[in-house]
Amino acid sequence: MTRALTLSALAVLFLFPLVWSGWASLEDPSNYLEMARFGEGLGTYATNSVLVSAMTVAGTLVVSALGGYAFARFDFPGKNLLFLATLAILMVPYATILIPLYVLLGFIGLQNSLVGLSLVFVMFQLPFALFMMRNAFEAIPRELEEAALVDGCGTFRAFSRILLHAVRPALVTVGLFAFLASWNDFFAPLILLNDGSSFTLPVAVVSMTQRTFGAIDYGMLQAGVMVMAVPCLVLFIVLQRHYVRGFMSGALRG
Amino acid sequence: MTLTLTRSGRRAAHGAPPARWRGKKVQGWLYAAPTAVIVGVLFVVPLVLVVWMSLNRWPLLGPARFNAPDNYARIADNPLFLDAVLFTLKYTAITTVLLSSVALGLALLVQERRPGVGFFRTAFFLPGAVGFAAAALLFYGMLNNDFGPIDPMLRALGITHEPVKWIGTPNMALFSTIALVLWRFAGFNMLILLTGLQAIPVEVYEAARSDGAGRWQIFTRITLPLLRPTLALMLILSVTGSLLAFDQFFIFTNGGPDNSTVSMVMVVYRDAFFRFDLGGAAALSVVLLVGLVGLNALMMRRLR
Repeated sequence: MTRALTLSALAVLFLFPLVWSGWASLEDPSNYLEMARFGEGLGTYATNSVLVSAMTVAGTLVVSALGGYAFARFDFPGKNLLFLATLAILMVPYATILIPLYVLLGFIGLQNSLVGLSLVFVMFQLPFALFMMRNAFEAIPRELEEAALVDGCGTFRAFSRILLHAVRPALVTVGLFAFLASWNDFFAPLILLNDGSSFTLPVAVVSMTQRTFGAIDYGMLQAGVMVMAVPCLVLFIVLQRHYVRGFMSGALRG
Repeated sequence: MTLTLTRSGRRAAHGAPPARWRGKKVQGWLYAAPTAVIVGVLFVVPLVLVVWMSLNRWPLLGPARFNAPDNYARIADNPLFLDAVLFTLKYTAITTVLLSSVALGLALLVQERRPGVGFFRTAFFLPGAVGFAAAALLFYGMLNNDFGPIDPMLRALGITHEPVKWIGTPNMALFSTIALVLWRFAGFNMLILLTGLQAIPVEVYEAARSDGAGRWQIFTRITLPLLRPTLALMLILSVTGSLLAFDQFFIFTNGGPDNSTVSMVMVVYRDAFFRFDLGGAAALSVVLLVGLVGLNALMMRRLR
């Protein structure tokens, strides 16, 4: 009985902030209208966020699926070196290479660019994604693609027609992690984007608290929190199984 | 000839690439090329660049000029950074102890598969699905004296009688930030520990129980020692994450009051984008990078 009470009290404690934020934002629906008009407008920020997340998810899936296949099925010079270099991304603190990335993106004309930001997110996702995809391809029986190769398919057709279907659960997991990371990240867009019209949601909503003139509109702020949080909460609840699987097999060992 | 055949036969049996593919190095490279480009251009090059930048006077705008080792020498007279190091270490120690205790408690509460346990696991993890920036803004509103619900609740319960300065004093700002971090990350760490707990075979517990071990004995003699690798992983993640803290202090306390909650990464950010000194920021980054990689290696060796 005490156990049930403890659990319930804790659940209230953990869920209360989310429920309160939702309620505080909806208490006065004009919070959302205010929010939609803030700065460059919710439309701009939400579009930027959706674009960045879509490019990150697509980029991560393409690069890690091709790379995972290469690492699972081919021998090539530099294979181990490349794998180690990719895993080393995990060893290097995220925050310490954003300053040189800012300068580097300036050199190649991708500063203040959603494409540049997405490429950086793809890089940060790669250790986890590549590890997941390599393991997924290794788990497929070779007979499956050998049959296709005997039938005269090239390796790419075997890959795209047959293997990609077999690794679909891993693709969902990798995509989910890439979405959550790129949709929510604050530090990278803060550094890499410097023009209000290219801000993603987290940077834009945080800027609501940093206005020099006028009071902070807390109701509008919670509306911003909800716009950011609800898609993640829904995706997490729907894809919980994939999240936990990725967590156990990749995120931890990586 | 026979030998070669046997060897290749054995290799195929062990899952090595069949002969048909072994020669196709070019194809392997083509599939790996996007990975190589991304890792090379966006990771290896910046890693080299940050070292080169730290050896130069590198303003935000304008040409760079070699000035080694000025950027490193100036770290010693950067009082903001030295204070930030001490503050970040203190924050890391407190957060890691509290976070691992809370996560372990939660994991023990929900480790058994009983009806309803899934709901509680999800409830504890759910804050982890919310972005950290969104979580910080949520707490920013929730703990506001006029707008938030916490102050009126505490007053109604007779616990406090006047507005609480949640982020108004250095200690309270640290306390409130840690509450935010616990809320956001406890479930995530619980999930890590659950994977470790579930790897402990039931037979071990049964054997201990039949030998007459009590619950506390089972916890200290069996659960904790067998959980050691998972605990170590959680500690490493928590220490690394806390040492790199940025979002919570930038968004929630804004480094205040009186710069009392300025973390190390915040100083890097300020040097780069408020003082326009990218060279100095790069030198701080290199120091952080070397320190963290060294610390990680040390922790892995000691804990595993």
